Amino acid sequence: MIAEVLAGKRIAITGSTGFLGTALVERLLRSVPGCELVLIVRAGRRTTPLARAKREIFGNDAFRTLRAQLGDGFDAEIARRVQVVAGDVSVDGLGLDAEAAALVASCDTVIHSAAIVSFDSPIDVAAEVNLLGPVRVAELLRDAGSAAHLVAVSTAYVAGTRRGRAAEAALGDTPFSTEVDWRSEIAAARRARADADAASRDPEQLAIFGKEARKELGAAGPPLLAAKTEKRREKWVADRLVEAGRSRAKSLGWPDAYAYTKALAERAVLEVRGHVPVTVVRPSIIESAWAEPHPGWIRGFRMAEPVLISYGRGLLSEFPGIPEGVVDVIPVDIVVATIITVAAKGPEPDGHGVYQVATGNRNPLYYRNLVNLVREYFLDNPLYDSDGQPIVAPDWSFSGRGKALRKLQRGVKALGQAESLVASLPIRGKRAEITARLEERRDQGERALDYVRLYGAYAETEALFDDTRLRSLWDAMAPEDQAVFNLDTNVVDWRHYVQVIHLPSVVRQARVRTTGGVREGPNRYERGKRSILSPDRHIAAFDLENTLIASNVVESYSFLASRRLPDDERARFTLDMLRQGPGLLALDRRDRGDFLRHFYRRYEGAPADRVRADAWELFSLLLTKSFPAGIRRVREHRALGHRTLLITGALDFVVEPLRPLFDDVVCARLVERGGLLTGEMVDAPPTGEARAIVIADYAAAEGLSLAESVVYADSASDLPMLEAVGHPVAVNAEPKLAAIARKRGWHIEQWTKAPGAPVPILPLAPRGHRATGDDLPRPGLSGRHQLGRA
Amino acid sequence: MSRPGFVLEVDRSTPPILFHHGEGFRLEKLPPGSRVVYPAEPVAPLKDPDGAIRHALLNPVGDSQPLPSLLHAGMKLTIAMDNQAVPLPPMQKPDNRQRVIEIVLDMAAAAGVDDVELIVAHGLHRRQTEPELRHMLGDRIYDAFAPHGMLTQHDAEDHDNLVLVGRTEQGEHVELNKRAVTSDLLIYVNVNLVAMDGGHKSTMTGISSYRSLKHHHNVTGMQHSRSFMDPPNSELHNSTWRMGRLLAGAVKIFQIETTLNTDTFPSQFSFLQKREWEWSARDRASFLATSKSLEHVPPRIARSIFHGIKSPQRMTSVQAGEVEAVHALTLQNLHRQHLVPVEGQADVLTMGLPYLGPYNVNSILNPLLVMCLGLGYFFNLYRGKPLVRKGGVVIMSHPTRWEFHPVHHPSYIDFFEQVLAETTDPIEIEKKFEESFATDPWYIHLYRNSYAYHGVHAFYMWYWGAHALQHVGQVIIVGGEPRAVRRMGFKPASTLRDALEMAEDVVGRNPSITHIHNPPIFLADVT
Repeated sequence: MIAEVLAGKRIAITGSTGFLGTALVERLLRSVPGCELVLIVRAGRRTTPLARAKREIFGNDAFRTLRAQLGDGFDAEIARRVQVVAGDVSVDGLGLDAEAAALVASCDTVIHSAAIVSFDSPIDVAAEVNLLGPVRVAELLRDAGSAAHLVAVSTAYVAGTRRGRAAEAALGDTPFSTEVDWRSEIAAARRARADADAASRDPEQLAIFGKEARKELGAAGPPLLAAKTEKRREKWVADRLVEAGRSRAKSLGWPDAYAYTKALAERAVLEVRGHVPVTVVRPSIIESAWAEPHPGWIRGFRMAEPVLISYGRGLLSEFPGIPEGVVDVIPVDIVVATIITVAAKGPEPDGHGVYQVATGNRNPLYYRNLVNLVREYFLDNPLYDSDGQPIVAPDWSFSGRGKALRKLQRGVKALGQAESLVASLPIRGKRAEITARLEERRDQGERALDYVRLYGAYAETEALFDDTRLRSLWDAMAPEDQAVFNLDTNVVDWRHYVQVIHLPSVVRQARVRTTGGVREGPNRYERGKRSILSPDRHIAAFDLENTLIASNVVESYSFLASRRLPDDERARFTLDMLRQGPGLLALDRRDRGDFLRHFYRRYEGAPADRVRADAWELFSLLLTKSFPAGIRRVREHRALGHRTLLITGALDFVVEPLRPLFDDVVCARLVERGGLLTGEMVDAPPTGEARAIVIADYAAAEGLSLAESVVYADSASDLPMLEAVGHPVAVNAEPKLAAIARKRGWHIEQWTKAPGAPVPILPLAPRGHRATGDDLPRPGLSGRHQLGRA
Repeated sequence: MSRPGFVLEVDRSTPPILFHHGEGFRLEKLPPGSRVVYPAEPVAPLKDPDGAIRHALLNPVGDSQPLPSLLHAGMKLTIAMDNQAVPLPPMQKPDNRQRVIEIVLDMAAAAGVDDVELIVAHGLHRRQTEPELRHMLGDRIYDAFAPHGMLTQHDAEDHDNLVLVGRTEQGEHVELNKRAVTSDLLIYVNVNLVAMDGGHKSTMTGISSYRSLKHHHNVTGMQHSRSFMDPPNSELHNSTWRMGRLLAGAVKIFQIETTLNTDTFPSQFSFLQKREWEWSARDRASFLATSKSLEHVPPRIARSIFHGIKSPQRMTSVQAGEVEAVHALTLQNLHRQHLVPVEGQADVLTMGLPYLGPYNVNSILNPLLVMCLGLGYFFNLYRGKPLVRKGGVVIMSHPTRWEFHPVHHPSYIDFFEQVLAETTDPIEIEKKFEESFATDPWYIHLYRNSYAYHGVHAFYMWYWGAHALQHVGQVIIVGGEPRAVRRMGFKPASTLRDALEMAEDVVGRNPSITHIHNPPIFLADVT
């Protein structure tokens, strides 16, 4: 009896927070009541290993049955039987302190299940965890003189990309096994990291990252751009290492870095184990549970799930695979049962053994069959799109990997080009959202491409994993044990498994729409608006240009400068401004602060009083170009008792008439000397990241919370300010901001000018406005000082 | 001798009837048996208006001395005047106000008066721009007064410059412009376009405050003004008369009222004031040319073309002196031009709404103003009883675009988007929303410092139609933008034929139909 054999035994487990590990812990606690567990758990970024174990392991739905059985005694039972120690398999000595190391060494069995399952991890990370992880465990036990039996979880795919039977034996004992020195592979992987990192710091390369960051964020200001640039660099290094892993694995005959590092690990462990007995358990593709802890139990989004959901959503129809090939899927509970049985059975006589836990040999699931089952399921249980319309699962084309890849690549490339074209257009608001949609489509395409690249090999594998030893293990089990721990892969009815157990579970986890029709209640926009207009908000800060008013500083200037010009000079002035337009626009895009500094010099010599008086006439132009819904929103915030704040690079006299709308105004001001404006600013204008500081200082001074505040802005250069608060709102966003806002789920407003508003073609003061009173000087026209010459 | 207005009964030989339709026109074939009310032709103008003005000032009516004897050196004189809401369209220069005020100023100068202030009595209307003031008063007056701050526009929210004159027996606050009521003499110069204007209403709306106005600008008052174009039967006028008499006891008022003929449109639009069967080849050609070219012009351009129209209306009378005596004469003179006898009410009243009402000079006739023009002004152009029976249907023709002038009508936008989204019932609107709009600091700021109608003005537009809303069973707008029409609780129809069919659901088959061929303006004397 397994439960009796393991009673009183102490079992250490690594990787217990993972999919397989959690199932293992649950099963041991429930079905082997006499055993004790030592869980080696890595500390989280902010959590202790114990807290992590509580939340991530015992908080999992897997413990549903055990909790029900134990009731209030659950926590006490866990406390009595489980010890959690801090450790990390990517660190030498597993990062255990002496006490913990002794505890682990004192165990009867150590189950090593920690791994980076991701098939596209960087080569050095994969090597550190997947290769060196089990080596470190074996060394720890060896050096401590431990008597423990090491059960190492590997993968059936260590057999590599091959056709035909894959033996259930140590790799060194099988034909076609690639001989490489694992130590030099590790050294190479670590070197690859150093090399990639050095290459990423190359000035030319850094310039590219900077350019990319700028392309994505626009003029978001140095700190944000720097952060983004560094992120791009890190990603570039990671991508290089992923690619390094993939190509190294391929060159040696493995589908990916995962199988490659796992395979080397098996050899390495056998090499370093000394006296420590090692049994390797090689599952194929582990998927949701057949029966234990309950049918369909799964943890996390694993390999096949995103592919399945993408198919159900109609995004993927080109997944390569051989129709008559075998997809080797194994329910997690069979793997768990195998590990426990192996642990109970103890080491092999010669100190090392292998068990392959796979279905392909006895109960194969053919790719064609899987596809049909999935398609049937989604036709009967369609997913729904955002409009509540059912999505028809596409016809699956069994194309070869190369063809599928090329097709997807073409699509992604075309979308990428369309996206960068649209992003460079001077559009905003609803039209700019097209970039967000394009980007979403490209993301989906890229993801599909990733799936094909990563998982394609698994649907194309033509290897058959021998499971004779597993079968003998099963045959040797007592009937009572067989009743509790099922190792028999023949029990799996694939139709039932795919359609009743696995897919419903996956669909549930994916949180996709499974009901049609129009949703009841407020839609996303209304919910967003309600949350923004909650009485709990503190500050509502507004940008001015294109957020509340479709106008800009150039227009204001043109109006003020042309207001008192005679007709002929107006014409010259107009031409002059039109000629300068593109240059000004380009400067504005490069750096807002520089632009304002440069542009406001035009006010040099203008009589301050007159400009201030004329600004009241400019008010009509501003109102004509204002967004009534935006003005209304400011007033709504005020009515709710929020502090309303205008933050703008526009000049104080221009925004003066708008002042009653806000509690406070932060704007640019010009120095005045002897009644004339000098064209210099009193202080730095609130642009870019300075705006984030302005609103942060304001909140601090007034004792208000940024997390409870709202910012309305239209451009990527406002990102620092938008990011500073808890409730950013993108108004008539330009393409870059539209894409960012959509990605981050920010509230989006599309505000328009009052329909029917008169459209002044040129921002000039209306004719017939003659100067009232002859005491005012007449401006002459020369160069850029139109306002100035008295 | 101009021909009087009359009622035409439509038969098979009647040509299609012209309907105004915003910045355009429609020709509609009315079912035989329908009646069309035509205005009188313009009556002959005064041959020598300046002479007539002088004569009126020297020979005042009622209990008043001639103007020169009321003027003396060292006095404080204030001249208040109607704003550009009248006449419609704005008249060709010189405006009646310019003529009258220039003569008054001459007399004041002769008497040695040097403290003279001009006040544009625009109540809660928007301020006028410099070009608008210049058009109304002429450059001479403008340049003499404006630069010195002696030409002002009444500010109903400038509480330092308002004075509570007193309260009537009914408790109505009479709160008015301080300069006007503390003057030794207040001269009021008006242009009496319709019978609603003039008399005590001039001062009580033009230079008063919200606190004062709300005693007569409210839903109940309007529902009991039947119609507000007929002062003896109008609650609006009862209230303003009570308040006006209180003012007359406190300050010396010299009222100068003028009337105009209905020569409304310049020669290129002369077909608009002719009867269709009398159109000449030239009229037909200019109608075709005008309506065809308007079809190809964006609404914005069409609007600016129409707002460029200056009407050739001319002065038909001027009377001066004591307010009530003056106004009685004014009404007689108005009726001489406006009254058209009509027998009996109809099941359906049709009307074509033009591009212009009192509140959108140089602006947009937004949906609220469409409602006010149709159900307020046109519906109320009656004496006796309404042209349409109780429970009948009003069919208006107007594009009714969801368009608002953001500078002139900011509170209208919010009224339309927020208030009407909740209810269209005037009583409920008044109860629930009026106060907050009226006292809203942002609207007050825009009214005082920009060129916006007061926050509460949008409500008055809705109240102006309250009597009609209470009286009629359904309102249909032909050619109106469905979204905007429905927002107001009305029904959109794409053709008059459709509208008449829809009306049958309310008033039964083969309804009697009356169409008012307006403008030019008339006043139906319904018996």
